[in-house]
Amino acid sequence: MEFDLSLLLNGIVSGLLLGGLYAAAASGLAISFGMLDIVNIAHPALMVTGAFTVVALGGWLGLDPLVVAVLQAPAFYLLGMVIYSAYHHFFEKRGDEALQGLAFFFGIMFIIEVGLVMAFGPEQRFLDPSYAYTTWRLGEIDLPLRMLVPGLFALACIGGLFLYLHRSFTGLAIAAVAQDAEALRLMAIDPVRIKRLAFGISIALASMAGGALVVVQPVEPSSGQVFIGRVFAICIMGGMASLPGCVMAALLFGVVENVTATFYGPSWSPAVAFGWLLLVLAFRPQGLFGKAA
Amino acid sequence: MQNITRRDLGRLAMASAVAGAGVSASVFPASAQGANPIRIGMSMSLSGGLAGNGRAALAAQQIWASDVNAKGGLLGRPVQLVFYDDQTNGGQVPGIYTKLLDVDKVDLVTSPYATAMIAPAMPVVMQHQMCFVTILGAGVNSTFKYDRHFNMNVTGDDMKGSFAKGFLDIAGTLEPKPRSIGILAVDNDFAQRAAESARFLARQRGLRVVYDRSYPPSTVDFTPTLRAVQAARPDLIYIASYPPDSNGILRAASELRISAQMFGGGMVGPQLAAFQAQLGPILNNLVNWDIFSVEPTMNFPGVAEFLTKYREVAAREQTDVLGNYIPPYAYAQMQIVEQAVKRVGKIDQAALAADMHSQVFDTIVGPVTFSASGEWAHERNLLVQFQGITDGNLERYKHPGAKVILYPPSLKSGTPRAPYGTPA
Repeated sequence: MEFDLSLLLNGIVSGLLLGGLYAAAASGLAISFGMLDIVNIAHPALMVTGAFTVVALGGWLGLDPLVVAVLQAPAFYLLGMVIYSAYHHFFEKRGDEALQGLAFFFGIMFIIEVGLVMAFGPEQRFLDPSYAYTTWRLGEIDLPLRMLVPGLFALACIGGLFLYLHRSFTGLAIAAVAQDAEALRLMAIDPVRIKRLAFGISIALASMAGGALVVVQPVEPSSGQVFIGRVFAICIMGGMASLPGCVMAALLFGVVENVTATFYGPSWSPAVAFGWLLLVLAFRPQGLFGKAA
Repeated sequence: MQNITRRDLGRLAMASAVAGAGVSASVFPASAQGANPIRIGMSMSLSGGLAGNGRAALAAQQIWASDVNAKGGLLGRPVQLVFYDDQTNGGQVPGIYTKLLDVDKVDLVTSPYATAMIAPAMPVVMQHQMCFVTILGAGVNSTFKYDRHFNMNVTGDDMKGSFAKGFLDIAGTLEPKPRSIGILAVDNDFAQRAAESARFLARQRGLRVVYDRSYPPSTVDFTPTLRAVQAARPDLIYIASYPPDSNGILRAASELRISAQMFGGGMVGPQLAAFQAQLGPILNNLVNWDIFSVEPTMNFPGVAEFLTKYREVAAREQTDVLGNYIPPYAYAQMQIVEQAVKRVGKIDQAALAADMHSQVFDTIVGPVTFSASGEWAHERNLLVQFQGITDGNLERYKHPGAKVILYPPSLKSGTPRAPYGTPA
């Protein structure tokens, strides 16, 4: 493919928009995996669950998918607290969280997929907002609202979460539990309660990401599978517990994927994107925004 | 602690494979609860990526079982379907067929939907020397060369020489004559064979291949890829894709206002109701491979009655509500088994295979004969074009005119409209 400035610019812009979706999908994991050290491999499946409930509720109420995603977030927050309570009771408390905890979340992932098939059927489901088929054109650059609106929505959610984690007492406690749970106990704060709350927030974010996903593409019960590798890679590349790092890594991942697809073919996209992950880990093992131990 | 031997591990693996296959379920229609039923076993994708087509196929096969039992069964015995969910995981399939044949001791076996699930079943089926009627495989038996394998698919023996023929034949009728083609295919067996056919036949006809790439199934955003295709300025754009991607490709093509004399080819997805409901007018003028359309030229005996029955159960079964793709072929797959068993008069795998090699089968998708390799003796790849689509209303797909047949000439029901990318 010959070099073309228009192709490059569009590759970068579409990559940034795609990165917005990746950031939405990975931000919840930055809390559960990055801060709480819980390998929640079911996170993308929970995101897809959020997408299905958005389709169901949005179709029923006649509301925009992103509005429904916000409205249903408290229910997912409670679901996250329930999941963490089970995880803590059966695995974390006994010190079995490493392998058995991973198997627990694998199990949840499979149960969710089969449950979605049973509840909604295996067909693709969609809920197109009115702007889904509109594309803004800025000169040579295309901005499909199908990608732009969810990307901005994701960044707004992550921005709000960032402020909460840095400005509120509970947010600071979540940051603290990520560093030293025992020290938190000395401050008369129950680390299990803080973890439960933080895990609830991470699943609420999965619900928000589900709303963004529905705007971008139709969903089916197994849609989460394509995101598993990417969201963990983004989380690690960003520096595990860092939300700005997660966003930067997601945007970088999207841009690398799309520019590679434009000039070298889409077959190379995952290889080059994951190659970047290896490069980052080789030169900054703590990730882009992570702090060295 | 008891030592675990390698044999124990093998047993554990087998047990976990079977347990992972999901809940065993059988169809026991009221009329089929008599003694000594003929049991037909299969693995089917009831969850996972292929579940949409898997569940639709199973619904059609259940209708067949019900129809046969209502008429007194097969050889005077009721038929029962014994099926397990392979979760769209080829790794589950050998364990399922081992269980069906060694534990459940079914009389006959049929296949799950599509190549990726059929191929893993083949070694087990061959080992048991079972007659195996499969559905929508793509050249599976070219590797195994099993003489009791019969594939219910329109592609025929020579996929490379025939699959893209219709697309390029139609392109040859357009003015001005197309001179270049862009090819994009997902990295899976079916799509790669489709792309190979397009590449081979395009070169044979002197078309310049200006874009020829594959993409991984995990691709999320198709905008950059479609933009690269657009930059190569092909007259024809040939896409071989699977359902999760087809939607993204068509939406990206719409957003980029891609125009070409012809666009489509071998996309799997636009045949399904969910796509037609969502994409609506974006489908207009798409010329795509298909296997069935409700055009008058395909109104074979029994197909309209079948579709009426299917659509009654589809909503309840939460599967494709129209049934214009796999279901008629899944029903016909079972008709092949039924007719062979009736002619042979007993369950004899060798005799059934001999019958299938030599006889013509009257099915709801028309008469079917098999070649020596077990593929259709005469390919019947359809190329259809979506015309006059104004919205996502699915009612229009129950009647002729929305998905007109452009190829083959014997089934043709309309004329091509070009280019793609202009309003209907």
